[in-house]
Amino acid sequence: MIAVIGLIVGVVAGLVLEPTVPAALQPYLPIAVVAALDALFGGFRAVLDGLFDDRVFLVSFLSNVVVAALIVFLGDQLGVGSQLSTGVVVVLGIRIFSNVAAIRRHLFKA
Amino acid sequence: MTDVTEPDDGTAAAPAPRPVRGWRALGVALRPRATRAQALTGVLCVLLGFAIAVQVRQTDTESLTVMRESELVSLLDQTTRQADDLQQQVAELERTRTELRSAGSSRDTALEAATRSAAAQGILSGRLPAEGPGITVTVSDPSRSVSALTLLNLLEELRNSGAEAIQLNDQRLTASSYVLGTDDGIEVDGSPVAPPYRWVAIGEPTTMSTALAIPGGAVAKVQIDGGSATVSTEDQVEVTATRDVPDPQYAEPETSGGG
Repeated sequence: MIAVIGLIVGVVAGLVLEPTVPAALQPYLPIAVVAALDALFGGFRAVLDGLFDDRVFLVSFLSNVVVAALIVFLGDQLGVGSQLSTGVVVVLGIRIFSNVAAIRRHLFKA
Repeated sequence: MTDVTEPDDGTAAAPAPRPVRGWRALGVALRPRATRAQALTGVLCVLLGFAIAVQVRQTDTESLTVMRESELVSLLDQTTRQADDLQQQVAELERTRTELRSAGSSRDTALEAATRSAAAQGILSGRLPAEGPGITVTVSDPSRSVSALTLLNLLEELRNSGAEAIQLNDQRLTASSYVLGTDDGIEVDGSPVAPPYRWVAIGEPTTMSTALAIPGGAVAKVQIDGGSATVSTEDQVEVTATRDVPDPQYAEPETSGGG
């Protein structure tokens, strides 16, 4: 419940404050968001599995974000930034789908 | 959240620390409690929501920076085409504007010409008062012996010498004016006139005075009739009398004729 409220509060804050992303961070933010989404779904799945652990969630959340940003940064330095971001998004998307599939099996037995 | 020991519905009386799963786990997780896990999750979710909102806004405003090269090229193409179209439109509209301008100026010219022509017609037809260089002729006739024919002769002489506006006493004389001798005296355009006859004529002063003064001319005829005439040229005379010009009842402008 607190997670849902937190999401809503964050969205509202983002809309109300209207911050501008620093130019240096602009390429990384979308990837970081996708990575965080992946961590969120993973945590949700762990909750349903009964295996949720806040420390694991925190570490996976932060490491997902950092590693995703790092990969994009590396790709930018190597001149293949757009391809690498696409690759990261694909991988994270697959992980999100598999997590969602597990959640679905838990909740709907299907 | 794995430290839940109380069963939700009371039916599962198993006190074993078996992890809850499925819907029950969801229900337990959704129940707000002040645990470290809940707080942590909340904070991370606030961050995530914030990042999502910011990124969505960013994408809305600055979508150009994240576009691929080919997309940028096609966008540039499209923009260039649009600019060309707009340029064409601008050229067309400017041409239209020029046309309208010239139409307006020619209309202005026509209006000006019509106004000038109306003024000229007004002066010639006696509809408008007029002023300018001209002469005044005073015909004194104490014995009332000057005939209508002599006055008509004087009028004709003024016309011949180029008078543009003529006034006799307080009557405007035009192309249709007539002088009639009756038993009671002299009538001009249906109204009786009495001596002294004071003429005012606008035109070339010397031409008119010379024309009146020729031997056997208008002034001479007045003297023959027993009156006397004084002609004085002036730089500025005023013809103040006007007359109404009736609309022609039978004549109509020839439609095919120009001017």
